[in-house]
Amino acid sequence: MAGNIWIVAEAWRGQVSEITFELLALGREVAGQAGAPLEAVLLGSNARELAQKLGAADSVLYADNAALADPVPENFATALAQLIKEKQPAAVLVPLTNLSVDVGVVLAAQLGVPFLNYCKDLKAEGGNLTATCVLYGGKMEAAVTASAKPAIIGILPGVRPVEQGRSDKAATVTDVAVTLAAPKVHFKRYLESEAGDVDITQKDFLVAVGRGIQTKDNLDLAEDLAATLGGAVCGSRPVIDQGWLGLSRQVGKSGMNVKPKLYVMLGISGAPEHVEGMKSSQCIIAVNTDAAAPIFNVAHYGVVGDALEITPALTEKIKAKKG
Amino acid sequence: MDILVLMKVVPDVVEELEVGPDGKSLDTSFLRTIINERDDHALEQALLLKDKHGGKVTLLTLDAPDIDDVLFTALAKGADRAVKICGVESVQSTQTAVKLFGETIAKTPGLLPVDLILTGVSAIDDLDGLMAAPIAQQLGWAYTGVVTQVALADKTATVIKEFAGGVRGEYEVPTPAVLGIQAAEKPPRYVPVAKVRAAMKSMTIETVDAPAVEAATTVEVQQMAKPQVTGHAEMIEGSPEEVADKICELLAKRGLI
Ligand SMILES: Cc1cc2nc3c(=O)[nH]c(=O)nc-3n(C[C@H](O)[C@H](O)[C@H](O)COP(=O)(O)OP(=O)(O)OC[C@H]3O[C@@H](n4cnc5c(N)ncnc54)[C@H](O)[C@@H]3O)c2cc1C
Repeated sequence: MAGNIWIVAEAWRGQVSEITFELLALGREVAGQAGAPLEAVLLGSNARELAQKLGAADSVLYADNAALADPVPENFATALAQLIKEKQPAAVLVPLTNLSVDVGVVLAAQLGVPFLNYCKDLKAEGGNLTATCVLYGGKMEAAVTASAKPAIIGILPGVRPVEQGRSDKAATVTDVAVTLAAPKVHFKRYLESEAGDVDITQKDFLVAVGRGIQTKDNLDLAEDLAATLGGAVCGSRPVIDQGWLGLSRQVGKSGMNVKPKLYVMLGISGAPEHVEGMKSSQCIIAVNTDAAAPIFNVAHYGVVGDALEITPALTEKIKAKKG
Repeated sequence: MDILVLMKVVPDVVEELEVGPDGKSLDTSFLRTIINERDDHALEQALLLKDKHGGKVTLLTLDAPDIDDVLFTALAKGADRAVKICGVESVQSTQTAVKLFGETIAKTPGLLPVDLILTGVSAIDDLDGLMAAPIAQQLGWAYTGVVTQVALADKTATVIKEFAGGVRGEYEVPTPAVLGIQAAEKPPRYVPVAKVRAAMKSMTIETVDAPAVEAATTVEVQQMAKPQVTGHAEMIEGSPEEVADKICELLAKRGLI
């Protein structure tokens, strides 16, 4: 395959994001199949030491520019577009995080190529890239060939283990220059996460409610179960959007990443954006009325049934058992 | 303050989805569609801004079965005008949808000028891109995605964008701009059926013919299938009581209670 395989490294607030290493691990495999070098691209301001951590790549391009200090996607996209035109990579792998997705879509728009979205796996075969993409909230998967030059591909979190993309090897870093004009959009400030009543990332027991819980009043069922277990209630996006739970209780892409001992899911379908925040939980029990809900491919134990009936029954049994 | 809201429908995943005879796309024979949830939030955000600042909210969609219900519901909620692009297939790649919307916005008299174009940040069928950024690119406007709050002042929108872990960022975006809405500041409003019926009687949906656009060819679906499951949950069966008993047992066995 002509051209390098690129991964766009994500650094945020002074740290390399974990997903960067996941992309390095995937990129390593794809580059091997394509017989092409793996190159990481890091954009930032005074962030050169972070480039050193990307030793899993054959080489690292580092662009330093004051305009890359703040998360302004347009600047990052413009910088990448310049480098792409100069270096002609075969493919550009972009992390599908809320931070980087805008870089990917603006970049693709600037270059006039599609942005291949929701990619959960990627391989190079016969001079082509074939991506496995997750569609319809996890209910279907598509094998997709991307022949655009370059192919801009959004990679879902969790594509490979983080450790697989870390390396003790010092990276070979090349400094590259980018020219950035004043962006249209101005970053003003960060708004920190609201000081929550509980820190769900610290809880051993979580009861997670989704849209299937149906009403705010039904949250009491989950609260009772959580109290009985000695844990807390958290939720999926629709529950937060409805205002039934605060932002600090959201699990997933925009919310928290949790790894409790027990994660009980009541009426959550298992969309990729939710799953990325809870898939490392030690024991996952999902209750869902839909036997085909994607969450049953993730959970350790599943119940096809009505959460409104099962939850109170479970609470009573646990109470009785605990005495 | 005038706002254009771009909406599309997506397959309703509450229904069972099947792969069609070509093995590459959804079986559309029994497909039920609903408005893209994020577009519904984009509509709500537009209506909230209208409540505050006045102005007009115009809806633009691609024609699809049941789209009139979506549009009349939106009109009943307070949108002023609804336009659908006719002569298109009901399932579109996002790239093609972008071209259809972009050309229609540029060429249909009376759709522009607006202060903002709002659309959902993404949809569950967005395989080959997201809508908002390329439309902003075509128009030469500013763009921000994953937006959860919008405040409008003269020539500037102050928007909140969501990152991870509850951290958000505040941005100043010059208008006109295209925003990809993640969530409106309030849950989408409810509208009684009677009001929707009234809108059906008193309001009309305008139509425009689809512009001729080339379909994108660099992203090609070779095969579509239900996810191959690497692991499947061990299923627990029985009445709620029995299920509760079994879960209790396994929690005890794992030392969790
Ligand atoms: C940029 C972006 C970021 C996002 N970030 C997040 C995030 O951080 N966290 C997050 O959760 N989502 C996030 N989402 C949204 C995500 O895509 C899904 O829309 C969301 O996770 C769906 O939530 P849900 O499973 O509760 O609802 P649904 O998908 O509507 O599922 C409801 C489920 O409940 C079941 N059900 C119905 N009634 C019952 C009953 N009585 N008993 C049991 N089951 C029942 C149904 O079968 C269904 O499976 C994000 C989306 C985007 C675009």
